[in-house]
Amino acid sequence: MREISADLVVETVRALCIEANQTLPADVSRRISACREREPWPSARATLEILGQNAEIARDEQVPLCQDTGMACVFLEVGQDVHIFGMGLREAVDEGVRRGYADGALRKSIVADPLRRANTRDNTPAMLHTDIVPGDRLTVTVAPKGIGSENMSRLVMLPPSAGEAGVKDFVVETVRLAGPNPCPPVVVGVGIGGSFDLVAALAKKALLRPLDSPNPDAFYAGIEAELLGRINALGIGPQGFGGKTTALGVNIEVYPTHIAGLPVAVNINCHVTRRAHAVL
Amino acid sequence: MAETMGSDKKTCDAIRVTTPLTREAALALRAGDAVLISGTIYTARDAAHARLVELLDADKADRGDNADHGDSANRADRDARTGRAADAVCATEPTARFPFPIRDAILYYVGPTPAKPGQVIGSAGPTTSYRMDAYAPRLIELGLRGMIGKGRRSAQVVECMKRCGAVYFGAVGGAAALLSKHITASRVVCYEDLGAEAIHELRVEDFPATVVIDALGGDLYDIGVQNYLDFAAAHALAAPPPGALPAL
Repeated sequence: MREISADLVVETVRALCIEANQTLPADVSRRISACREREPWPSARATLEILGQNAEIARDEQVPLCQDTGMACVFLEVGQDVHIFGMGLREAVDEGVRRGYADGALRKSIVADPLRRANTRDNTPAMLHTDIVPGDRLTVTVAPKGIGSENMSRLVMLPPSAGEAGVKDFVVETVRLAGPNPCPPVVVGVGIGGSFDLVAALAKKALLRPLDSPNPDAFYAGIEAELLGRINALGIGPQGFGGKTTALGVNIEVYPTHIAGLPVAVNINCHVTRRAHAVL
Repeated sequence: MAETMGSDKKTCDAIRVTTPLTREAALALRAGDAVLISGTIYTARDAAHARLVELLDADKADRGDNADHGDSANRADRDARTGRAADAVCATEPTARFPFPIRDAILYYVGPTPAKPGQVIGSAGPTTSYRMDAYAPRLIELGLRGMIGKGRRSAQVVECMKRCGAVYFGAVGGAAALLSKHITASRVVCYEDLGAEAIHELRVEDFPATVVIDALGGDLYDIGVQNYLDFAAAHALAAPPPGALPAL
């Protein structure tokens, strides 16, 4: 059994909250640059140029990329041979979020209750996902998520007869309906299979995979590429002002499901797709 | 094709917009125009809008329902006689308790991050505008001339903008670090308890934006996409054949 201090979890989450909000992941930056090179529409190219400049300013001056510093979505992979000591694991994660959002001058965007809507003033609680995995490591990923794109996300329980074509059409239709609202170019996280709750989590986890890592299953990698082509033929473009670059990438995660079901979830992320991770 | 590229070229050729934004200046702007906004603007988003509209409702109740309708009718009659009919339905006087001068004002839908020491303001990009659609017509009818945000507006908002001569600007969503460089001063006007959602008065210099919906109802989200699709069709950039893998 490996011992990990909860204080280390607090400090790690704190640092990752700040890093993720100030520094665009390298794969996202590279993809924005590559799309700018291939963008045939002048105003769209100009917008992509602005996104690159914004990322440079945020990184160099250590300020948030976007004013919506998001919900602190935290993903833990806890090795089953790890023992956390000092405080509860959730308590440690929330304390890390509290310190990160205070020390990083990040916006506090969480209300304590969805209808009564009083701000918690420290951006807690985290949106926490915990998986128990083999081994003695603790992997921490912080992926701050803005609500502008979150609000454009959709979930459907398709009948199996809808098949591959039904899934693809639902994904493309979700991006079309979102239009300019989620700050395109978007990153599209798709979950297919599982249950009602699991498929949404799959879609969110799909957003954690780097844009230059296609699905390891060639069948799904092909669907990812095909969907990206269809989405980028919609013409929405950066900011919805028209252009080729509507999406930077499409990532699909799948899971076994019921003989009578075909759940599909589409979690839209903006061009500021943020994530930072550490292995303890 | 030449026309398409012509309208697209405007991104390099920005129009200077200053506050207060007059009705005449707003009417001259067209969807797709790149603008640089300088002057004083005000921030408001969901919670602040709800309070502003509560204030207007309370004021209306104080004056009595009939008084309001009477005012409008009298004003419409007077305006028609003086040739100001077009502005008549938008000439409601704001309550004396309204916290900032709304006539010819520009509102920025933003909730910035906290300022770091030495900063005027934190990162400050636009939030999605449709959440303000339920409230916006009430403010436009008071003479609000411009709104800065991102994303689509409702048919009701666009109809009100056309009726009253207002314009909707889009700033680049997610470019908050860059946009904050164009904000040179910030102070809280009211609703300080709302934190990032408090109404702030901002000084802006050459704040970059694009006219998304103009006072005639022209909408860049439709026009821009159609122009690009026409261009793509002309250059065979349309959808790849089924099964083909695009390079990206």
